[in-house]
Amino acid sequence: MENYNIDEYADITDVVCPMTFVKAKIALEELDDGQIISIKMNAGEPVQNVPRSIKDEGHQIIKLLHNEDETYQLIVKKVEDE
Amino acid sequence: MAFTNEQMERYSRHIILSEVGVKGQKKLLNSKVLIIGAGGLGAPVGMYLAAAGVGTIGIADADTVDLSNLQRQVIHTTADVGKPKVESAKETMLAINPDITVNTYHEFVLASNIADIVKDYDFVIDGTDNFPAKFLINDACVLAKKPFSHAGIIRFQGQLMTYVPGEGPCYRCVFKSPPPPDAVPTCSQAGVIGAMGGVIGSLQAMEAIKYIIGKGELLTGQLLTYDALKMEFRKIKLPHGDHCAVCGKEPTITELFDYEQAVCGVNYDE
Repeated sequence: MENYNIDEYADITDVVCPMTFVKAKIALEELDDGQIISIKMNAGEPVQNVPRSIKDEGHQIIKLLHNEDETYQLIVKKVEDE
Repeated sequence: MAFTNEQMERYSRHIILSEVGVKGQKKLLNSKVLIIGAGGLGAPVGMYLAAAGVGTIGIADADTVDLSNLQRQVIHTTADVGKPKVESAKETMLAINPDITVNTYHEFVLASNIADIVKDYDFVIDGTDNFPAKFLINDACVLAKKPFSHAGIIRFQGQLMTYVPGEGPCYRCVFKSPPPPDAVPTCSQAGVIGAMGGVIGSLQAMEAIKYIIGKGELLTGQLLTYDALKMEFRKIKLPHGDHCAVCGKEPTITELFDYEQAVCGVNYDE
């Protein structure tokens, strides 16, 4: 899936585990089903764990972009549960 | 309603859980639970529900804190002796979580006032220590179609069950009517191990939380008993009483009434 429009942005670089996932989860909650969010996160623990946790919640990971400043942009499509 | 940073952090361990998440935490914040009895059972229930962010907690109890309560009623402290239990409980709950509202009812629940108190709540906790109150709470909840958690503790034993309207038996289906006054000791006469309130009260808080977030299976149609000395939990299946006087097909109890209280040891606080 190459073509997508980002509906929302979130930045979780200002918090550490487990607040990284909590903040991402709250940001995802605000979206409608099918909307796309770009989540900025730090290298290391956040990028290792947050994408997996988001996937476990049933959302669709579209892409992980590596920024020049050693942060990442995780592009996620919201999949509404139930 | 969006979470503040403080709420996000306070409830983070709930929000992480897939069964709770943002939606479940919002349900908790919007929920209203009434705790009847600020004693051995009501203490842990109140503290855990406050900590969980149950947005409105009602607490009913006519008593004041006594030194003999402190061995098990962990919501009260030595400095609270002499204070109304509902005030002491409110202070502790708000100290744990200022994010919530606590309504106090400094009175015994009776047929004359209980319906008016219960009507504003989503879930009721029976944390009382005597049969008249337990039957009254059951009848009031059945007639008002309110779910509630029954529990009782004495010595080294505890029990609980959950009533949800239309989903299984009520307390009266199982225990038809109270034993005669003084035939059975209350825990002020019989004694109770302090941690028993913690075990059973925490299970009541868990039932309330599961009901509010709508996850898991409740203790409907079953009685859970705990024997601390044998370290044994048992779940007993309960049949629905088609002939139950209050929730059966042809109920004979259609209005609330009070049973006679035992002369000794009338405490509404376990």
